[in-house]
Amino acid sequence: MAMLMMVEGTSSVNEPVGPLEARQRELIRRVQNGEPEKFYELIRPFERRVYAAAFSILRNPSDAEDAAQEAILKAFANLRQFRGEARFSTWLIQIAVNEARMRRRKDHADVMEPIGEREDAEGVYTPRDFADWQEVPSEALERKEVRELLLEALASLGSKYREVFVLRDVQHLSIEETSEMLGISAASVKTRLLRARLMLRDLLAPKLSGGWFSRLGFQKGSKPW
Amino acid sequence: MVVTCEQVWQEVSNYLEGGVEPELRIAMEGHIRQCKRCASVLEGMRNVVELYGDDQLVRAPLGFSWRLRWKLAQAMPSRRGTAFGWLVAVAALGLIVGSLTVANSSARSQPASLSEHAQPGQRVPGDLVVLVAAHSKIFHVAGCAFIHDKAGGIQSMRAGQAIQAGYVPCVRCLGQYLSNVAGMVIKKHAWVLA
Repeated sequence: MAMLMMVEGTSSVNEPVGPLEARQRELIRRVQNGEPEKFYELIRPFERRVYAAAFSILRNPSDAEDAAQEAILKAFANLRQFRGEARFSTWLIQIAVNEARMRRRKDHADVMEPIGEREDAEGVYTPRDFADWQEVPSEALERKEVRELLLEALASLGSKYREVFVLRDVQHLSIEETSEMLGISAASVKTRLLRARLMLRDLLAPKLSGGWFSRLGFQKGSKPW
Repeated sequence: MVVTCEQVWQEVSNYLEGGVEPELRIAMEGHIRQCKRCASVLEGMRNVVELYGDDQLVRAPLGFSWRLRWKLAQAMPSRRGTAFGWLVAVAALGLIVGSLTVANSSARSQPASLSEHAQPGQRVPGDLVVLVAAHSKIFHVAGCAFIHDKAGGIQSMRAGQAIQAGYVPCVRCLGQYLSNVAGMVIKKHAWVLA
């Protein structure tokens, strides 16, 4: 419950309301006023994002689905507490992140610390010296092995870097929203984001650079650096 | 203003966010034009942001939405007289009919089955999303324990499409599944049928 209350007081939204947001507010009002079935319509655009947030933290499809379902059920059960002081999507993602983090703590999933977990976030990170990483076409993501490679690299990051990266670069939350959601300063968000992006670049560049998509088994053709 | 490689690495993320002062931005751009390593760092980071920012990166598992809706339906209070209740009841009746016809399906007006031993399915709800494993001749619902050859890849399609393509329903999973769903839905919304 504290988790839900925490979000209420954050991320004031005083921007002009677009048609999508207006529709969301209308649906929220109708659910709150006794039309629970409208909740389906309300959450439909965010289902994938909720799952993605949980998956990025738990790194397991089955656990992520359980966490995402639980988060959405909690959102439904506590919708009366939502007063529109934060964006609905931010509120929902926050619940999913908290649910996933709670499950991760419970499962001691971080017994083996991934890359970067022990390093000092304030220290200087020296990116590896690669040759050019040419532009990767977005169509690359249609290839299953590329998606798996990206998720594998993301999963290998320490949780403090992964969480910031996921909220900012996967969920497209602002620095301020990320900061509020994780309870850390905006400066820490920026530092961790820098480190996460550099580490991912170092992990992916050898595998995705140099005309990789014209090769069949590009993993085998990594550059010898 | 002159910047070093280390300064570029420290600010490259903020630079991509458009969060550096104009003077520093100009200095960084001048440095990056001359420095191959820093250009590679910037380009690599730009690729990372672009690739991970794509909606296609994380895809929910097959059947995720359906299972979520089912959980939500269980959490929602049953309310007499709502359109939702009636829809659920109609869906339940459809599922009952579907489950009965799966078990009693005949070969009338069906395309040739992919399996010579299979019983073709008729009047299975055409919009039902089903799964077909590679090299298989049977279609299943998500979660069926009898889906074989998963390693070869699983494809989802509408039941109507599967039947048209010559696939037949898995009587075990479809029959049991449909009966269970119908039973649970009816129990929850029994007032509609009373």
